[in-house]
Amino acid sequence: MEVTLRGGAAAGGAAAAAPAPSKVSVRNLNFYYGKFHALKNVNLEIAERKVTAFIGPSGCGKSTLLRVFNRMFELYPEQRAEGEVLMDGDNLIRSKQDVALIRAKVGMVFQKPTPFPMTIYENIAFGVRLFEKLSKAQMDERVERALRRAALWNEVKDKLGQAGTSLSGGQQQRLCIARSIAVRPDVILFDEPCSALDPISTAKIEELIDELKQDYTVAIVTHNMQQAARVSDYTAYMYLGELMEFGETDQIFIKPRRKETEDYITGRFG
Amino acid sequence: MVSGDHSSRQYDAELEQMRSRILQMGGLVESQLKLAMEAFETADVEKADTAIASDRRVNELQLDLDMMVNHLIARRQPTAGDLRMVMGVAKAITDLERVGDEAAKIARAAKWLKEKASGFRMNRIPDLRQSGEIAARMLHRSLDAFARLDGHSAASIIRDDAGIDDRFRATLRQLITYMMEDPRSISSAIDTIWAAKAIERVGDHAKNIAEHVIFIAHGADVRHASPEEIERAVSQG
Repeated sequence: MEVTLRGGAAAGGAAAAAPAPSKVSVRNLNFYYGKFHALKNVNLEIAERKVTAFIGPSGCGKSTLLRVFNRMFELYPEQRAEGEVLMDGDNLIRSKQDVALIRAKVGMVFQKPTPFPMTIYENIAFGVRLFEKLSKAQMDERVERALRRAALWNEVKDKLGQAGTSLSGGQQQRLCIARSIAVRPDVILFDEPCSALDPISTAKIEELIDELKQDYTVAIVTHNMQQAARVSDYTAYMYLGELMEFGETDQIFIKPRRKETEDYITGRFG
Repeated sequence: MVSGDHSSRQYDAELEQMRSRILQMGGLVESQLKLAMEAFETADVEKADTAIASDRRVNELQLDLDMMVNHLIARRQPTAGDLRMVMGVAKAITDLERVGDEAAKIARAAKWLKEKASGFRMNRIPDLRQSGEIAARMLHRSLDAFARLDGHSAASIIRDDAGIDDRFRATLRQLITYMMEDPRSISSAIDTIWAAKAIERVGDHAKNIAEHVIFIAHGADVRHASPEEIERAVSQG
């Protein structure tokens, strides 16, 4: 007989390990936008083939954390990261690997769909060509598989030559997911993937995220707490650059350990 | 815990309304039980009728509260302490409604006994009288623990339920003795057993409510747990 709620994996403090095997280990991560200290000593484990959600008020650092995972911050010279983000033993922050290769391994889907100004087919083939030389037949197969995996194939198979931007918002977002999948990533990051979508498109993306975790490790930033509750296995609550609480999603949403988490998820914040 | 200060004041108001409504229902059920017990002890048909009649109001409150729970879930998607409060109330509603039913049963048994001009009264069966008092006290304390969300007090209520169960068995033994001694007493003794069983069930429902309080206050599901496990759960904050 278990008296306490099942799923209390995380300890009360910020640093806590998920029980599932870890894909990405974040250790003593600090991040600065110039002088502004945006992430403060963050420690957590992103579980392999699970969905980890990051929630917290605007400016809490959740998107910043996501952007560190694929070195998106390097686009801006005044931004710097200290600490470790280990994936398969390699510290992504200091990795000697080509940054394009890291971004292929750690794909990202943004808030607003960002299709390239190309055909639907080329939107997917473009990234693949950067890393692999495939025959036409192989590329066709890769494109089809990515579109199927992103639950978009049936809607676009007869118009692969049309512009990616001709699709609806929800379809464009799934095209972006297909584009990430096509380069065979290990991890897919979603930064507010549904905030520009209607409820039906949102439901499709959420359904897709649930399927994707069979093959990929997923991290999602969302302002929609119900969405975090629906799609994730683990939830991290961040506030002012600190990881306040991290644990199994059921535990966070039924019995959070910290009052700060409780206040935020019950809407008593601010 | 459900202390207000939501960004949405309307949400606060709805939770508070639900909380005060269930306490109102609890108060009504408590006085219904008290009345039924007095009717049984003094063979007062008028009191018995009042206790039976007030069951309708209890049922109305049950429907009313169920609707509030549905509303809160559909509109607010409560989480954490709010979620546990809504779930706890949803379960406590059922327990309170059943206590109302049990009180009505006791009142009906009182009327049957009166019609049979039976000599059975609470005061002739001390164990029955005591278990009635314990059950009423347990219910009162569980509602009090609910109002204050006091897990420690709830845990002590759960321990008391064993006392009622023991007395129920003692009452049965006593009534069986009466029936064996004088078969003419069988009909009245059976009516008394109905009342004894109803009292025993009131204790069970009070215990359930105490368990809901612990879930709300501590997030631990202590149904089917041992006394030691319950103690651990409430001492873990």
